[in-house]
Amino acid sequence: MLSYAIRRVLLAFLILFVVMLAMYGMVFLVPGDPASVALGPRATPELKALLTARMGLDQPVAVQIWNFFRNAAAGDLGFDVWSRRPVLEVILEVFPRTLVLGLVALGWAVGLGVALGCLAVVWRGRPVDRLLGVLSVGMIAVPSFVVALYSLVIFSVWLGWLPAIGAGERGDFWGQARAVVLPAFAVGIGWVGYTARLVRAAMLEVMGASHIRTARAFGLPERIVVTKYALRVAIIPAIAIIAVGLGGILSSAVFVETVFSRPGIGTLITGAVQKRNYPVVMGTVLFMTAFYLLVVTLADLLIARLDPRVRDVLRG
Amino acid sequence: MSAPLIAPLIEAAGLSVAYRGEDGAPPLQALRAVSIAAEAGEVVGIVGESGCGKSTLAAALIGLLPGNAVVTAGTVRFRGTDFLALPEAGRRGLRGRHIAMAFQDPMTAFSPVLTIGTQLTDFQHHLAGQGRAARRARAGAMLARVGIADAARVLDHYPHELSGGMRQRAAIAAALLMTPEVLIADEPTTALDVTMEAQIIHLLRELRRDYHGAIIVVTHHLGVVGELCDRVHVLYAGEVVETALVDDLYHRPAHPYTRALIACDPAGLTGVTRPLPTIPGRVPELAPPPPGCAFAPRCTLATARCHIEAPPWVAVGPGQGARCHEARPRGCDPGGTDPKGADANGAIR
Repeated sequence: MLSYAIRRVLLAFLILFVVMLAMYGMVFLVPGDPASVALGPRATPELKALLTARMGLDQPVAVQIWNFFRNAAAGDLGFDVWSRRPVLEVILEVFPRTLVLGLVALGWAVGLGVALGCLAVVWRGRPVDRLLGVLSVGMIAVPSFVVALYSLVIFSVWLGWLPAIGAGERGDFWGQARAVVLPAFAVGIGWVGYTARLVRAAMLEVMGASHIRTARAFGLPERIVVTKYALRVAIIPAIAIIAVGLGGILSSAVFVETVFSRPGIGTLITGAVQKRNYPVVMGTVLFMTAFYLLVVTLADLLIARLDPRVRDVLRG
Repeated sequence: MSAPLIAPLIEAAGLSVAYRGEDGAPPLQALRAVSIAAEAGEVVGIVGESGCGKSTLAAALIGLLPGNAVVTAGTVRFRGTDFLALPEAGRRGLRGRHIAMAFQDPMTAFSPVLTIGTQLTDFQHHLAGQGRAARRARAGAMLARVGIADAARVLDHYPHELSGGMRQRAAIAAALLMTPEVLIADEPTTALDVTMEAQIIHLLRELRRDYHGAIIVVTHHLGVVGELCDRVHVLYAGEVVETALVDDLYHRPAHPYTRALIACDPAGLTGVTRPLPTIPGRVPELAPPPPGCAFAPRCTLATARCHIEAPPWVAVGPGQGARCHEARPRGCDPGGTDPKGADANGAIR
């Protein structure tokens, strides 16, 4: 298990390295000179040369790449063009908001999705199953920003139950909790349907397996057969897909945070793109990639924890 | 348990099971009027090739038919109670405690993500009064009893960490945990190599001595039947084609199919033959079943009548009968048993 964990983490670093290389390559290949873009059309050649030198762009490519990696490894993602603050600081300031949104959304969505998926299997072929099938497609099909807009109109504007914008004041737990409800609902609802379908399919396969028949042949109550014997196996593929899907959750957070004017990674990156604030864009993308890799790596380790067969294959 | 009962301990009486066809296809008659019975202390074999309905019969005996199976006629009775008519909760109460099954293919019979100890402890849920520790200790003792050395350590193992023979032993131990009255062993040796098979047969023979319930062994392997069973039912295309005491079956088989099966058993070969003998043709389509004798197309003795007219049950001797036009009562037996009788395969002790 330990050697697997080490190998898995090393692999994550390798992927991160390749992603950074690709990112740098893309920026490098984009036509145009960053110094002239930054300084505008009326800049003098001397000024351009000065800025190019300060940004290190007069160095050979290999040296530039080395500097990029060295700085990134030290946590230096450059400086925000507008506020002159370190990019990492800017990101870390808003990231917890997005993390809370993502976790709450994922939490309620996966919890409800797993429960509905199990119910659909227990009541397979009955009206409840069919209704869930239709509902889940609907949930997946509607984009999160549409759900965000309508829920904002209904629950904030018409009913006035929940705040329409913002993320609540710092230190005000209930204010923050109330502010996260609608965004988390909008981000998570697609995942309810997705998880429900995923769990239903995996459960149907597992319920046909011989060991489920064995459990039934010993007269185990159906509740235990479903939750302990079937779900324990069916949840394993679901974990892998949910971890990958966290990327999808974070990208729908971009829309939803914009709709609710909620500070977070989503609003940060849309703002940065609109203002051509490239260091922030690059830094945010790099940060999210690293975070995403962390989640996927943790999911793989969790799967190995849950499935002794995976553990042993990897040990060998 | 040793007191004689009027009704057999467990019996299937005239049991017919069909599988619903997909998309309007005709239903598949997996079992047709099958009558078998087992008494305490008796080992009954059910033999047949793949697709003859053995597994369906085993599933019906424990009330675990798949969702697309329909019982079209007949009953399964445990101690005289109609098992199939019981509500699911009632059947669940019998399963594991009174009727237990040792499953075919122990590779997949245990949950891959729970330890053997956890599963064997869960299987004793009927003893909820005892704590998990006590039930786990019972599981360990049972593993030791079926010949697993180092049983305490095996409890902490996952199924894939055990060898095939160990898993089969564990499956038998699981079935015996609650000392059920009826033990159904579904293909207990099929997944094993010859050495392991011999060991498992040895184990089952040993268990016979101290175990007082009925054992039903479902197999396609005549050798297993010869080693273990008192009485044998030969299944072909969903019907019992012959019932006999094990010695009669080997020495005086009455049904051509039984004779063919015995001729194909590699253990019975005396000379070198290549290829191995087989029964030409294959098991007929069962949707719908053929009008005459199901074995007629493959039978060397078949006459024109065999293809049209379903053969009657012929009592050929004490405790032996066959479903064949060509079968004749043996010797001076005046045919005291009902020639059509499903009772002909009643208990002989």
